[in-house]
Amino acid sequence: MDQPIIRIQDLRKSFGTLTVIDGLNFDVMKGEKLALIGPSGSGKTTILRILMTLEGISGGRIEVCGEPLYHMQKHGAEVPADEAHLHRMRRHIGMVFQHFNLFPHKSVLQNITLAPMLTKGESRTVAEKRARELLDMVGLADKADYMPSQLSGGQKQRVAIARALALQPQIMLFDEVTSALDPELVEEVLEVMKRLAAETDMTMLLVTHEMGFARDFADRVLFFDKGRIVEQGPPAQLFTAPQEDRTKSFLRKIIAAGQRV
Amino acid sequence: MGDWAGYLTLILQGAWVTVELTLMGSALALVVAFIAGLGRISRHAWIRWLATGYIEFFRGTSIFVQLFWIYFVLPMTGAELTPMQAGVMALGLNVGAYGAEVVRGAILAVPRDQHEACVAVNLTRFQRMRHVIMPQALPLMLPTFGNNAIELLKATSVVSLISLSDMTFQAQVVRSQTGSTLMPFVTILLLYFAMSSAISFGMRRLERRVTRGLDGVR
Ligand SMILES: Nc1ncnc2c1ncn2[C@@H]1O[C@H](COP(=O)(O)OP(=O)(O)OP(=O)(O)O)[C@@H](O)[C@H]1O
Ligand SMILES: [Mg+2]
Repeated sequence: MDQPIIRIQDLRKSFGTLTVIDGLNFDVMKGEKLALIGPSGSGKTTILRILMTLEGISGGRIEVCGEPLYHMQKHGAEVPADEAHLHRMRRHIGMVFQHFNLFPHKSVLQNITLAPMLTKGESRTVAEKRARELLDMVGLADKADYMPSQLSGGQKQRVAIARALALQPQIMLFDEVTSALDPELVEEVLEVMKRLAAETDMTMLLVTHEMGFARDFADRVLFFDKGRIVEQGPPAQLFTAPQEDRTKSFLRKIIAAGQRV
Repeated sequence: MGDWAGYLTLILQGAWVTVELTLMGSALALVVAFIAGLGRISRHAWIRWLATGYIEFFRGTSIFVQLFWIYFVLPMTGAELTPMQAGVMALGLNVGAYGAEVVRGAILAVPRDQHEACVAVNLTRFQRMRHVIMPQALPLMLPTFGNNAIELLKATSVVSLISLSDMTFQAQVVRSQTGSTLMPFVTILLLYFAMSSAISFGMRRLERRVTRGLDGVR
């Protein structure tokens, strides 16, 4: 029996007095493509940010690749993780942000090679070779020496994907990677992600408002509301025959807004 | 009239002292500004406290008093300084305190997005600062650093307190020997202006260099 690559147990997260996630449980299997959907404010981004260690947890437990993310062993007892532990765990995980977050003072190529050279001690030659392969994969082979400010939104996001991939993480997190893009640029990014999903065995968690894409992309869809999973299942089932009232009304609203589901 | 050449030499000697004070004072100020500015945003409370104490103290007292203490009081503890060393130290520490706030402000002005991107690609704290945050903060600091350097230049004249013969001091000497006010003070007016223009010009060139490629970002 395969071990899950991500295991979330009784996760809780509050911002001050506002409880955003309250007793969340789910597992993700290695290689699984997961779509997280749900109304605004339901905690989807927060979950990804917690997995990327950009946000601490208020309670519960997360395991990544069989090791606790926010806990570590010290003198035989389990204690909260320190920065060194988080640093070690982050090797497994990469993230692509809604607003790209490219390094504006670095060229496209440098954006991609910086981290592999610094964190994995790769030589420039090796790092650049893979960076160019990745740029080729995202269709930007000719833009290596551009600065981010010279790129369109869709191109920036494809560079950001390449940057995350360059570290060869086992798990990739995508937070609404197309929602800051002009409509005509969305497709080029989704295209890249579809190829990625088809060609790699990377585990991928995707937060999206594009139901059509979630359907094509995901093996399993989790519908969130108020920091809990209301319903989950394969896309064909969740989108065509939702069981829960809240899922149904969410999907109705999406369809009313003109999206294909 | 032939004496003017001699008097001018006197003033130019003073000008060289002023240039030295400005260059070395600015260098010290720069180092101190980075140390104290980074100290202000340290994770450790005691480092923050130390940096804040230094900044508040040196901004809250006049450079005149600071120089007096460094030159006349510090030696009583056994730290003997030449007038030049004392002058550089007072100027550097004083202007460094203002510079520290500039460093801190510029670092905090780099968007949180950038910090998060660094975490996502797993850079260490030091690598984040060195490769991502500082290169973006530097262009934000430079204009104010230029102003600080000019402030420092203008403050150099306090060193006459400790009998250093800077440009203003020499102008006074010439004035008392010749009885003419116009010649020495027109001369140093032009010299001060030339020096501050040189600083402005240098800073603008530097700014253009470090902001290359960053255009269109902010
Ligand atoms: N740093 C923070 N401080 C305080 N509240 C926060 C913070 N981050 C998120 N929240 C709150 O947590 C809740 C969940 O936010 P989150 O961004 O995870 O939602 P989301 O499902 O991603 O929504 P959207 O679809 O709009 O992106 C929201 O109510 C939000 O206001
Ligand atoms: Mg969100």
